[in-house]
Amino acid sequence: MWLWFHKLGSPKYFWTISGRLIPWLGGVTGVLMAVGLYLGLFVAPPDYQQGESYRIMFIHVPSAWNSMFIYLVMAVSAAIGLIWKMKVADSVAAASAPIGASFTLATLVTGSLWGKPMWGTWWVWDARLTSELILLFLYMGFMALQSTIEDRQKAARASAVLAIVGAVNVPIIYYSVIWWNTLHQPPTLSMAGTAAIVPSMLIPLLILAFAFKFFYVTVLLMRTRCEVLERERNSAWVQELAQEADTNLTPALSRSRAE
Amino acid sequence: MSEFFHMGGYAFYVWSAYAVTFAVLLVNVIVPLRAEQKLLREIARKAARAKRDML
Repeated sequence: MWLWFHKLGSPKYFWTISGRLIPWLGGVTGVLMAVGLYLGLFVAPPDYQQGESYRIMFIHVPSAWNSMFIYLVMAVSAAIGLIWKMKVADSVAAASAPIGASFTLATLVTGSLWGKPMWGTWWVWDARLTSELILLFLYMGFMALQSTIEDRQKAARASAVLAIVGAVNVPIIYYSVIWWNTLHQPPTLSMAGTAAIVPSMLIPLLILAFAFKFFYVTVLLMRTRCEVLERERNSAWVQELAQEADTNLTPALSRSRAE
Repeated sequence: MSEFFHMGGYAFYVWSAYAVTFAVLLVNVIVPLRAEQKLLREIARKAARAKRDML
């Protein structure tokens, strides 16, 4: 009885709550982004070795952290979906994949744009760069499985297995600069807490890292809302919602012509 | 100000990196917004058609 009630009430509840949360999350993201960019671009001094080019790091590192963090969220929620058959978890995994893939792409492109003037090359088959590229392929594989398998449940199952197996790549990316002493420099911040970076550069980096995390949560909710809408399309509340939205979106003229 | 845009000679690399990243952020916002609108419209159309067919 409770389960039935919960199932019935929950998607609409999620829709309402997330609708209220999104503007706030977006606002926090915007403020953090503005403050971080201001401190990073105007206040932080140029680097004594790299000059101004190091400012790419302020967006490169938060993108890279997001690319790994989102993968872990995706793998864990896919695993939850696989084990406990939780549909919300499947939705979170599916919604995370394109977001994570886009941050991985941003990481690779911004890294490349930094590597060209600093290393003298756009790309090297360094351990860090290669494992990050593999991360992009894992995201793309996940999305390909999701879109090619018709049956929703089968798609969720197959892609969950891929996500879980692929998760070994995340620690490999993280430790790659320590295990293989190739071109990419060691981490800017280590888990041990000692930062090889001065506060005037560290603070904007951390603020932007938080901004990117808030951004992820915001767009994740937005995508999950679409997912819920799609799945609940035949329910009364979605029908009502669609009716309302359609009247607001369609100009009166074209509506009357259609009728 | 022009010194700021010059970025110590790294203008192309720095501003391209920022442009790419913000393009990625923008796409991530626009895609779900448009998807939601499109889906709501489609659901409304389908409901209207179903109603018409019933009559």
